[in-house]
Amino acid sequence: MLKKIIILVFATCFACFNMVFAAESGGMPQLNPEFWISQVFWLIITFGILFIVLTKVILPKISDNLETRKTQILENIETADRQKEESQKKIDEYEKIILDSKIKAKNYFNEAREKILDDINKKRAALEKNLDEEINSVENELSEFRNKSGDKINKIAAETSAELIKELIGEEVNNSSIAAIVEDQAKLSKERKDVI
Amino acid sequence: MASNPMYQFNVYRIGPEIKLGSVDISFTNASLFMVISSLAILIIFNLGAKKKTLIPDKLQLLSELSYTFVAKMISDTAGSKAKPYFSFIFSLFMFVLFCNMFGMIPYAFTVTSHIIVTFVLAAFIFIGVTIIGFMKHGLGYLKLFVPSGVPMVLLPLIVVIEIISYLSRPISLSVRLFANMMAGHTMMKVFGGFVISLGIVGGWLPLSFSVALTGLEILVAFLQAYVFAILTCIYLNDALNLHH
Repeated sequence: MLKKIIILVFATCFACFNMVFAAESGGMPQLNPEFWISQVFWLIITFGILFIVLTKVILPKISDNLETRKTQILENIETADRQKEESQKKIDEYEKIILDSKIKAKNYFNEAREKILDDINKKRAALEKNLDEEINSVENELSEFRNKSGDKINKIAAETSAELIKELIGEEVNNSSIAAIVEDQAKLSKERKDVI
Repeated sequence: MASNPMYQFNVYRIGPEIKLGSVDISFTNASLFMVISSLAILIIFNLGAKKKTLIPDKLQLLSELSYTFVAKMISDTAGSKAKPYFSFIFSLFMFVLFCNMFGMIPYAFTVTSHIIVTFVLAAFIFIGVTIIGFMKHGLGYLKLFVPSGVPMVLLPLIVVIEIISYLSRPISLSVRLFANMMAGHTMMKVFGGFVISLGIVGGWLPLSFSVALTGLEILVAFLQAYVFAILTCIYLNDALNLHH
């Protein structure tokens, strides 16, 4: 198979060369000067028109088009950059505002707390003062009462004793002597209490 | 006659014979394809340049890509000084490219496969570049033939070689394009002829060759147009920025 292909290729090449040589013996039409001037004439005309139209009409349009696109893209990029910067600025501002307001809120909170604490302290102090005063007055009353109560008890004891004696003995005893005895007893009991 | 692979390069008159004095300037098939190529370029690029949208459509993209492609090619090889010659190089590149590409259509005529056409283009470029060089640098342009850093002993030889290479520029430029186009089309014609002569049994191999060659030729058609334009840029660069 391979041999066949190789032989075929060689045969092809051989035939090819043969044909080319045969053609060359027929001459190259390119070297026939019959239409040279006509070709040059038409070349100058067509290429000239092509060159002039391209230069004057078409290429400026394309270059304009490219230029406008370039500038437009550059402009767009510029605006995009500017807007980006602006938005960055806005974000910074916004963050600053948030930070400020946070600090303010904290301050408010602290102020309010201090105020309330102050209030509480003041009220507590006033309350404590009131309480102290009341306790003092009650204590005073109590001690007064206690002091007075001794005399009263003595008096009641003397009266009761007098009544009892009257009931028991059936005669009246001198009040003052009874009072003296009661007083003595009260003093004794008091002394006993003090000793204890 | 049609099996002759050189037959496709024949130039024949279309329509009446036109004579300017004693000179024959009749409209031929070569002229027809020059007109077709130019018209195609003008139509495509005019449509591409017409709309001015921010996001280009297909034709607009094509024309703008071609524009930037050629502009980049010029600025890369010849620098910013070559900007005034942009439209000429653009026209040249497009003309050669479209002529090459139209030649790839079966039964079409390839304008650039004729030495006279490529030679006229190359000679025009050569003369233009030489004039630009002398206008920019005066007689200093002749320094182009004296490379710096060459020993004095070798200088006469080098100058002669440089002058010969400079003078052979139009020939090499024109023959390169013409020979490439002619050889490619001849090869395709030859292989196409084999498909017929070898018949249904053996014709497949030359047919596949022909298919492959068509792809190659399209590549060559583009490449030769590119080479033609870029060599023009290089010559222009020599004339604008004297490097030696």
